[in-house]
Amino acid sequence: MAGTRGASVVYDSVQKSYDGESLVVKNLNLDIPPGEFLTMLGPSGSGKTTCLMMLAGFEPATHGEIYLNDKPINNVSPHKRGIGMVFQNYALFPHMTVAENLAFPLQVRNMNKAEQQEKVQRALEMVELGQFGNRRPAQLSGGQQQRVAVARALVFDPELVLMDEPLGALDKQLREQMQYEIKHIHENLGVTVVYVTHDQTEALTMSDRVAVFNDGIIQQLSSPDVLYEDPQNSFVAQFIGENNKLNGKVIDIQGDECKVELSDGTHLKADKVNVDSIGDLTTISLRPERVEFDDAVSMDNVVSGKIEEMIYLGDHIRVRMNVAGNDEFIVKVRNRGEKRALSVGDTVKVGWARNDCKALDHVA
Amino acid sequence: MFMSETAPEQLLTTHDGRSLKVSLARALRREKLRALFLIAPLLIFVLLTFVAPIADMLFRSVENGIVEDTLPQTVNALASWDSGSGELPGEPVYAALHSDLLVAVKEKTHTRLGSRLNYEQTGISSLFRKTGRRVKRMDDAAPFKEQFIAADDKWADLSTWQTLKQFSPRYTDGYFLAAVDAERGPDGIEMKPADEQVYIYLFGRTLLLSVAITISCLILGYPIAYLLAALPLRTSNLLMILVLLPFWTSLLVRTSAWKVLLQQQGVINDFLVWIGLISNANRLVMINNQTGTIIAMTHILLPFMILPLYSVMKTISPSYVRAAKSLGANDWTAFWRVYFPQSVPGIGAGAVLVFILAIGYYITPELVGGTSGIFISNRIAYHISSSLNWGLAAALGTMLLAAVMILFVVYDKIVGIDNVKLG
Repeated sequence: MAGTRGASVVYDSVQKSYDGESLVVKNLNLDIPPGEFLTMLGPSGSGKTTCLMMLAGFEPATHGEIYLNDKPINNVSPHKRGIGMVFQNYALFPHMTVAENLAFPLQVRNMNKAEQQEKVQRALEMVELGQFGNRRPAQLSGGQQQRVAVARALVFDPELVLMDEPLGALDKQLREQMQYEIKHIHENLGVTVVYVTHDQTEALTMSDRVAVFNDGIIQQLSSPDVLYEDPQNSFVAQFIGENNKLNGKVIDIQGDECKVELSDGTHLKADKVNVDSIGDLTTISLRPERVEFDDAVSMDNVVSGKIEEMIYLGDHIRVRMNVAGNDEFIVKVRNRGEKRALSVGDTVKVGWARNDCKALDHVA
Repeated sequence: MFMSETAPEQLLTTHDGRSLKVSLARALRREKLRALFLIAPLLIFVLLTFVAPIADMLFRSVENGIVEDTLPQTVNALASWDSGSGELPGEPVYAALHSDLLVAVKEKTHTRLGSRLNYEQTGISSLFRKTGRRVKRMDDAAPFKEQFIAADDKWADLSTWQTLKQFSPRYTDGYFLAAVDAERGPDGIEMKPADEQVYIYLFGRTLLLSVAITISCLILGYPIAYLLAALPLRTSNLLMILVLLPFWTSLLVRTSAWKVLLQQQGVINDFLVWIGLISNANRLVMINNQTGTIIAMTHILLPFMILPLYSVMKTISPSYVRAAKSLGANDWTAFWRVYFPQSVPGIGAGAVLVFILAIGYYITPELVGGTSGIFISNRIAYHISSSLNWGLAAALGTMLLAAVMILFVVYDKIVGIDNVKLG
């Protein structure tokens, strides 16, 4: 079943308002090529679920047009769109068995009985629940229900599958396992998947591209690694992964490099990402695992700081420091098994490369 | 769990060797006593005001001690008389009747016996009244048989004695027979003549009208309950107040309002005549008949259908219907195959509630039912307060209670009580 049989989706200047006073989705333009796994990531109220519901047809767009396979679908009712959907709480029909749940979309398409049975069985086996056809959803565990929901959304061979926080109700371990399973199903079937979540790990693990939503606007749309390595603004930097914030003022710009003066007078070299001119206020973003103790002296930026707290986390040690007046400065030190002469209260030098810190828009 | 499944015989014990079950019961006893203490006032109240009267009523439907209590010697003497012999009882029976009546007249109980036996045979009430006045003046020396027949020639009537003998046992099935339009004739139990049959027909009508009321409540209530569950909170609260509004209005006021609306010179007829839909001569008869009963009772019982439906529908997540639609079902299929089956417990609860309330309803059929729209309960009320035949009223009530219970069991078999949800 490999190969691409996915649908393309285009959002063209889509706006959505519920009350006529404020916009929940502000001018959304998004192109999803066939077979892509796209995740809409954002905090609650950011408009991501609304975007999904507009695509599914449960919410009308206030303005703009959505295209499915280049055909406008604003006036197509949900049941004619042929889009598979996995709901937050699965929405498995409680009065039907698992097999009946799976057969439902085939029945409403008037498929003959024999073909129905074959498809239902194949879908159940795809999610490794071949023996569970006669159970009721309530007799299954959360993870099994989740798989049935996925199987049901796929059993009628849709070209596009929408998933609305499908793993939210599972515990951590099961969630990770299901992430891989959904990713593999996507790879095997080649359908287009639009996935909504507020969990950034989920988004990074599964997606081809991630659209980070905030305040009804896509803040950044890129692949997971770019999102993490090159956040385009402070919101994305904060939302994806852990992040150290250092506030300062731009004092020099040379090409895509700039110099920033922190409040205590320290000068740092940083990538110029989201600042325009000298004198702008900026927030520097820096990943905790990119900060080094040992080689600090030879690096682009070297500052000294006082160790406030050390937390042992097994694979790494989390060191909280006071650097340039910011006492929430986190450094992750990989646990290499060697005794390190660090202790709380020490003042040590830390350093990082220039392109590991990004000068972004200022946040207080 | 594991232990009890593999070795049920082996008793578990606590550390000090006592049985685990005993220890557990001891530990829980305090809590149980406390719980019992908390419900005790209600329990006593229910026992005194609900269970006891019902038991008393059930007993009254077969109780018949009045004959033996009032005429103990007569009943004794009658035991040897064969009511099918075609001959009047002998002198000893009349003598026993005389001495019994002397006591009864003194205690003024003979008139009560008269009215009791009058249910079975008309005329006996006046017979006892009349004889009661004469009995003191009877001559102890002369044969009593002639004196009684001289006092009232009904004492020479075989049927009087047959009735007296038939109802002399302490317990009788006579009330129940009467409640199903049967009687004990010379050849055993037989149905009453067709023109005297009322109760079977009334029971049938009560059931039929209650079903009709339940169905119309369901048809009217289902969409409202759906709206209540689907609308945003603010709007649905307003709607809920409208649904509950009838509860805050007196039942009598509501029923009287229907009288004003439905009568032939009423608002609805006037309107229909005014717009020319019906002519003045052909005004619709919508009250004092079954139509009136159905309309008024549907209105009164509607909230009892809407509330359980609403509480069930509120728990049906809108994502089920969305899921059905996303899977390709149109609006109707999504409703019928996904939403409706999940609302069935609400329908069950509402239907049972409305039906059981309807089957025993009294005041509304009384006011708007006329003669063709009254229920069995109106007949029960008549026997309780007008004819004072409490035994028959009790028998009818017992049958009504039994009918409800049987229906409940049938309902449990078909739908399942587990499927009934009130919230």
